[in-house]
Amino acid sequence: MLKARIIPCLDVKDGRVVKGVNFVDLRDAGDPVEQAKVYDAAGADELCFLDITASHEKRGIILDVVRRTAEQCFMPLTVGGGIRTIEDVRRLLLAGADKASINTAAVNNPDFVREAAEKFGSQCIVVAVDAKSTAPGKWEIFTHGGRTATGIDAVEYARLVEANGAGEILLTSMDRDGTGIGFDIALTRAIADAVRIPVIASGGVGTLDHLVEGIRDGHATAVLAASIFHFGTFSIAQAKAHMAAAGVAIRPTGP
Amino acid sequence: MATAETVAIIDYGSGNLRSAEKSFARAAAEAGTGQRILVTDDPAEVAGAARVVLPGVGAFGDCRRGLAAVAGMEAALEEAVRRRRVPFFGICVGMQLMAEWGLEHGRHAGLGWLKGTVELIEPADPALKIPHMGWNELRLEAAGAAHPVLAGLDHGEHFYFVHSYAFRPAERSDLLATVDYGGPVTAIVGRDNMIGTQFHPEKSQDAGLRVIANFLRWTP
Repeated sequence: MLKARIIPCLDVKDGRVVKGVNFVDLRDAGDPVEQAKVYDAAGADELCFLDITASHEKRGIILDVVRRTAEQCFMPLTVGGGIRTIEDVRRLLLAGADKASINTAAVNNPDFVREAAEKFGSQCIVVAVDAKSTAPGKWEIFTHGGRTATGIDAVEYARLVEANGAGEILLTSMDRDGTGIGFDIALTRAIADAVRIPVIASGGVGTLDHLVEGIRDGHATAVLAASIFHFGTFSIAQAKAHMAAAGVAIRPTGP
Repeated sequence: MATAETVAIIDYGSGNLRSAEKSFARAAAEAGTGQRILVTDDPAEVAGAARVVLPGVGAFGDCRRGLAAVAGMEAALEEAVRRRRVPFFGICVGMQLMAEWGLEHGRHAGLGWLKGTVELIEPADPALKIPHMGWNELRLEAAGAAHPVLAGLDHGEHFYFVHSYAFRPAERSDLLATVDYGGPVTAIVGRDNMIGTQFHPEKSQDAGLRVIANFLRWTP
């Protein structure tokens, strides 16, 4: 059977890890490639780079990071952040990313998702959905890190991007992101049950139980987390062991 | 060997060739086979290669058109794989193209090397997502368990999949392995000098590298 995926996410700015593992034994702990190798060896199921580089001039740096990662890590890699054009997607895929995660550009222009999916295939187009609760059982799409409301209903938007050819949804609760109090399960389930494509739950993981809840209660097929892995709170192996013990089917790590 | 054997990975504008190239190079280095891994869109290189790899991502019809658009490439493939019978490895849509037909967005002719069609996965359970995306465990058929390219793999080894369509081989003997996704889904097909995986060995960490290394040593 298919296994639930655990996806560590690294925030990368100007080619350096901003929020990342504090591994003392790394030659260069700020190098995303070094950290990617650690997660690869640890048996992470996929890896995600979120490029938060602000300046336009430095945006090409992530391509080099992706290139060097793809040379050394033989695991699926998703890259998001600042993807605006078909050419952006093409460059990332050619550098070695397997999937491109589109956020604001998809909100501004849903046809961009369609165009990208038609060009490169749905399997490599992820749409990042950042949602915030506006009323009980209602969530709205926000952009710019949760600061800008769009008035777009999150569930309707998820259906729209699916219809436009997205292969996967990376769903982040802007209410929970960075809180460590767990996923917004109601949101996750509302989106996951509304679409046939896989949904990655993100935002709020603080304990290993939260990972279980995202899959079991939120109906996500993958869970993304940053802080709990980066700060060494838990290892990938611990996360997998905990999920397996809770009855979630996972891919065992290591030999 | 006097000159290194060339393993040609076909570049026809589809697929993450960098990952494929690097994974084959790594496997060749680890296996000590000394082969030259060459990503190429040159039909002459493919026609003369010792081994041929056909990657592929995206839609079946697009990939077939892309392959046909490289002048002389399909003839070179026929020459190497069908006439000279060098070891061939199809990956994902590259594996699906071995079929007679693909039914993704219309009906498209495949290379017709194996009998059967490529059809939408339709798991009965609506909770099962499409695409089938992630790590699934291999179930080896009898022919697969005895296949040299799959040597050393345990029943239950995990590989990384991402696809919505799957090959349904008409000949039972062409089916080497399946995975369970609301029923059996084809994971590996093969016949004679040809093998193809629906999963991405270049994205399947150690298990994937082992399959690639086995392929590089394979003498069908």
